[in-house]
Amino acid sequence: MSPLAHRQPIVEVSQPGALVHLPRLAPEPEPLEDPRLSDVDEWGRSERMRDLVRQLYDPIYRRWFRAEWEGLEKIPTSGGALLVANHAGAIPSDAPVIMHGIESELHRPVYGLADHLFKALPVIGTLWSRSGGVAAHPENAYRLLREQGALVLVFPEGTKAPGKHYSERYKLRRFGRGGFVEIAMRAGVPVVPIAVIGSEEAMPTVAKFPGLARMIGAPYAPLTVNMLVMGPIGLVIPFPAKFRLRVLDPVTFDVPPDQDRYSRSGIMDHAEQIRVAIQENLYDMLKNRRSIWFG
Amino acid sequence: MAEALEGDPDIDVIVGLGTEDPKIALERTEFVRADQSYSILSRIVRATQVDTILHTFLVVDSTRMKSRELHEQNVIGTMNLLAAAGAAGSSVRHVVVKSSTLIYGSSWKDPVWFREDAARSTPPSTLIERSLVEVESYVRDFAEDNPHVTVTLLRFANVVGTDIVTPLTRALQLPLAPCIFGFDPLLQFVEEDDVVRSIEFVTRHRLPGVYNVAGDGRLPWSEVGAICGKRLVAIPPVLTGLAAAPLARLGVELPREVLDLLRYGRGADNRRLKGTGFQYRYTSAGAVRNFAQAVRLSRAVGSRLPSFRYEEDVEQFFRHSPAVVRGSKGVS
Repeated sequence: MSPLAHRQPIVEVSQPGALVHLPRLAPEPEPLEDPRLSDVDEWGRSERMRDLVRQLYDPIYRRWFRAEWEGLEKIPTSGGALLVANHAGAIPSDAPVIMHGIESELHRPVYGLADHLFKALPVIGTLWSRSGGVAAHPENAYRLLREQGALVLVFPEGTKAPGKHYSERYKLRRFGRGGFVEIAMRAGVPVVPIAVIGSEEAMPTVAKFPGLARMIGAPYAPLTVNMLVMGPIGLVIPFPAKFRLRVLDPVTFDVPPDQDRYSRSGIMDHAEQIRVAIQENLYDMLKNRRSIWFG
Repeated sequence: MAEALEGDPDIDVIVGLGTEDPKIALERTEFVRADQSYSILSRIVRATQVDTILHTFLVVDSTRMKSRELHEQNVIGTMNLLAAAGAAGSSVRHVVVKSSTLIYGSSWKDPVWFREDAARSTPPSTLIERSLVEVESYVRDFAEDNPHVTVTLLRFANVVGTDIVTPLTRALQLPLAPCIFGFDPLLQFVEEDDVVRSIEFVTRHRLPGVYNVAGDGRLPWSEVGAICGKRLVAIPPVLTGLAAAPLARLGVELPREVLDLLRYGRGADNRRLKGTGFQYRYTSAGAVRNFAQAVRLSRAVGSRLPSFRYEEDVEQFFRHSPAVVRGSKGVS
């Protein structure tokens, strides 16, 4: 609105009738306090909400799935790390089990990355966000890992894994295009692979309806054994399969952080190595499993 | 804005240009009325030989005018302004453009924080967003074609304060504030004072480049309601536009871009401007609280308090009274 001139500092020439400037009220006002009422952080996570969810989920974690960890000490107790796991079951129980396990054993918050689609869902999207879910945007992951040194959980198989048929159980899908490796490289943090068994049997898919999925805009539309046995409520209730989780050795990358670009082939190699490591450990764990329900 | 600039003794001449008369008394600004597309600008620039133009007339609230007028003012107005600034022999060396974080849009595919160089997640769908995208592209071209001119582009988050009226501030003054069922987006605000201070800051320091101007932190809409002491009433998440239409009768029109905001929120990374030494007075929550207090106060006393600091009587006294001692150093 105002083009203004900026020539020379005024030399105070005062003649009767000349204009006199009023002194400014405060030269440089101090910043004021931040009057927050809730504890929702920039990621939408509320520690109070997360506490409540942990309390409610604890019996499911301990009695229903009877989750048991191996190598939990390999997860860094400080600094950022990208946790990478296999993903399974029509509504995957591995995400809450991993987040709950690490948070209650190591007392470190875990931010779970998931498809943006969550954000578009009313109620569920908000609850998901308040209890530690973050949309899987590279920018979000970088900020969490590099600047805030947080633990971030990601499932590189994406929606292809929970959407697969039971006959393909424990066969890992492609790890995307290795985006998770690139983010870890850029953020200068290790990748910590985690192999999970039990999630496939908790909610096995026996039939798929791609037409229906397209119609409702979902990534997949499964018919699960849970639905056949329990009826509509089986849509959300998993079977009490025994969960075993094995943390593998952290993978560090020999490249400087914050580069504009990393070698594509290097990224794909690392991603494939991590995928193979998880796959082999899955087979090893399954070899030693006597029962789906009792482990 | 002009009021804040008047306090700076380094500034010689201020020429104000607007389509309406200024609402506050100004001490030493010369005001010129312009038409909507600011077509007289080039003549004024030539006549006054100004070296800095503050472009603050962009409309970012689509409820304020019809789409035709909006295009005229935003796009054509900016073209005229940039043409005037870039004309042969122009004295302009600094252009400051006031834009909005609306340019990032608001969608479910967004990152939590938008940095200045981030692109939108989805193509712009509303007229106001399209016009801002167009305006910013002209500004970019202008900066490229005129390397001798410092170009500053400021993108402001939702502005709240004692004076400004936006769809959000109107919504927060209803007995029940509207929200979209099942969504509690994280919003970000910037206080009016910080808006003025930031424009003053970049003008004084001649900072080139693009900067987000937004208070620290994001807070859920429910918390915004709580700070303002309002209960929220949910409008359905499907056919939201239809459901929000009756609100227009209460004087609260919620256009598409505001409904998107109430669904997905938006965050703009403010660290680039902070890195240059600018200090915000208000955080997002602080700005909202300040707004809530201003609303309560104006309810209690029945009208808006005059918020400008210029006291005409005092000025007249200084100017004309023989009692004022006039030395060669002036009056402190």
